[in-house]
Amino acid sequence: MIIRKAAVAKFLDGLLKEYAVYIPRRREGYSEYTPLDPGSGYFWQGLNTQKPPKELLFPHGETLYSYRLRSDGVELRTHFDEEKRVLFGIRPCDAKGFCYLDRVFTRQDYQDVYYQTRRNNTVLIGLACLAPTTTCFCTSLGGGPFDTEGLDLLWVDLGERYAVRVLAPKGEALIKGRPEFVPAGEADWQAVRELEGGALGKMAPVLDLSGLKKRLDENYSDSVWDRVFEKCIGCAACTYLCPTCHCFDLSYEVEGSQGLCVRTWDSCAFPLFTLHASGHNPRPTGKERFRQRVMHKFRYFVENWGVMSCVGCGRCIIHCPVNLDIRDVLRQIIAGVSA
Amino acid sequence: MRQAARRLLEENTVNLVIGYAWGTLPLRTAPFFARTPAEADRLVYNSLCENNLVKYLLRYSKEKLGLVVKGCDARSLVVLLRENQVQRDRVHIIGVPCTGVIDRRKVMELVDGQEVTGAEVTVEGIVVRGEGFEKDIKTDEVLCVSCRGCKYGTPVLYDTLVGEEVRAREENFGDIRAFEALPPSEREAYFAQEMAKCIRCYACRNVCPLCYCTECFVDSSRPQWLSRRPATADNFFFHLGRAYHLAGRCVDCGACARACPVGVDLMKLNRKLIKDAKDLFGYEAGLDPGQPSLLSTFDPNDPERFILGG
Repeated sequence: MIIRKAAVAKFLDGLLKEYAVYIPRRREGYSEYTPLDPGSGYFWQGLNTQKPPKELLFPHGETLYSYRLRSDGVELRTHFDEEKRVLFGIRPCDAKGFCYLDRVFTRQDYQDVYYQTRRNNTVLIGLACLAPTTTCFCTSLGGGPFDTEGLDLLWVDLGERYAVRVLAPKGEALIKGRPEFVPAGEADWQAVRELEGGALGKMAPVLDLSGLKKRLDENYSDSVWDRVFEKCIGCAACTYLCPTCHCFDLSYEVEGSQGLCVRTWDSCAFPLFTLHASGHNPRPTGKERFRQRVMHKFRYFVENWGVMSCVGCGRCIIHCPVNLDIRDVLRQIIAGVSA
Repeated sequence: MRQAARRLLEENTVNLVIGYAWGTLPLRTAPFFARTPAEADRLVYNSLCENNLVKYLLRYSKEKLGLVVKGCDARSLVVLLRENQVQRDRVHIIGVPCTGVIDRRKVMELVDGQEVTGAEVTVEGIVVRGEGFEKDIKTDEVLCVSCRGCKYGTPVLYDTLVGEEVRAREENFGDIRAFEALPPSEREAYFAQEMAKCIRCYACRNVCPLCYCTECFVDSSRPQWLSRRPATADNFFFHLGRAYHLAGRCVDCGACARACPVGVDLMKLNRKLIKDAKDLFGYEAGLDPGQPSLLSTFDPNDPERFILGG
């Protein structure tokens, strides 16, 4: 389908009858997904927002249940977020990130109803990346600037108009009968193919990660780990800005006879992450903690799900306070030497 | 720099030099750990050396270290010496006179957020390039707020000084004065906006040499002082708590603000406390290891304007 850019505001406003609509926004040098301003049609068209849209499906902090002690027992209430949402302008790497969260939170033997409720109520409208940056490396991890995995619709900027690829029933239902959309012609799809070729041409050369899993399997105690983490300061910038990191912690916020059970993101970079009640910490230094991050993404996740838990969005590269570049780390591990 | 580091390693004066090397991105250098003379040849120093390497000192208890410090970094080391966190004879201080550190975010603003794919440090500033643009930027246009009024560009403490001493800049708390002059509602709104951004990754705390508590108050679970959710009020609690812990200690190196992955304006809080320490008590932290700590000394003549009727 095709939609004129001038009609986008009307389309998005129309969605508000049924959905909360989230768009990428940049202000004061900071970018994240926030609710749409009705009537504006505004959304930021730069590449990856600083903060990924992960928190819209897997919030940084959420109440799972609340309780109140009464004379006759306990009153217990679960808290589900049932808002119907459209995430508009999401990039293919971030959509792929959701597919990895899906694997973890919707697996057969462990159904996370909080996540699933949000996921089922969310429609993802993607925006293809015409000009990938030098920190984008999605093509090294099976993705691409026009990748469709996880998306319900993919929009491609054709200048004055968007070409819209319908990818899933949820996406089809969203635009069905909407007068803003007209069928696309063969020339439009030809233009899309050319733009995709152009975008792929701008990607940095693919990192050869074929030997990585084997290296990680065989070199848990390799000396490369002694050096590769050394500049890491143990903050959670990389994990919290990662679209696929999903570790969490539960804590209780208690006030007298009532309280909340709260789930918050957690990070393997923190000493507290594995601190035992006894005081023992099986990952006592930055070396073990950094190794865990790499092992989880590129070894354990592969063993569990057959894919590496990285989409190549580049956020951890851009925002690391000490420029600890994951591409560089992977190269060093594969080569078996510290740079 | 390289010569000095190489000599220290060759003569076994130290077995590790912590300095800077070029990073993997334009506008970035990164902490670098040189253990051999050959590795020392990768060291660099320029206005993009934004990290405060003194933090790493706390991690190495056995090595005899060579440590590259800018003027402000040296002051944070002085505070650590004063607080008995570091033994002076274990570290060989390689001081570098600094004319100011470039704030990458200001550079990004000047190029309207376009991606910088190449950057070159020049005598007067920096040349940045991207697709379809090239811009020559003077260092003073993009200096970190902490550097604009830096009086101590030349380290106050060193064993080897690499380069010529630099002229002190004129003290400049213009940013804080302007902020103080705003009505309370505007100040509150500004902090609410900044605190809402915080993702509680604790990069600010973790890069700060003066944040060395064995257990940070935010990590305590018994009692749990604040919610682990990044709600604005809890974020503010964390940042206020940290700022107060740094009162009379913070040396205005600005490393925390540069480390923040989401650009929270941390220096409004820190620099206000630095200015207060100066205005109220005539105190500047980190100038001399023999100097008593501000908050552990009492002078009957201390002003008490903040006490009702005082």
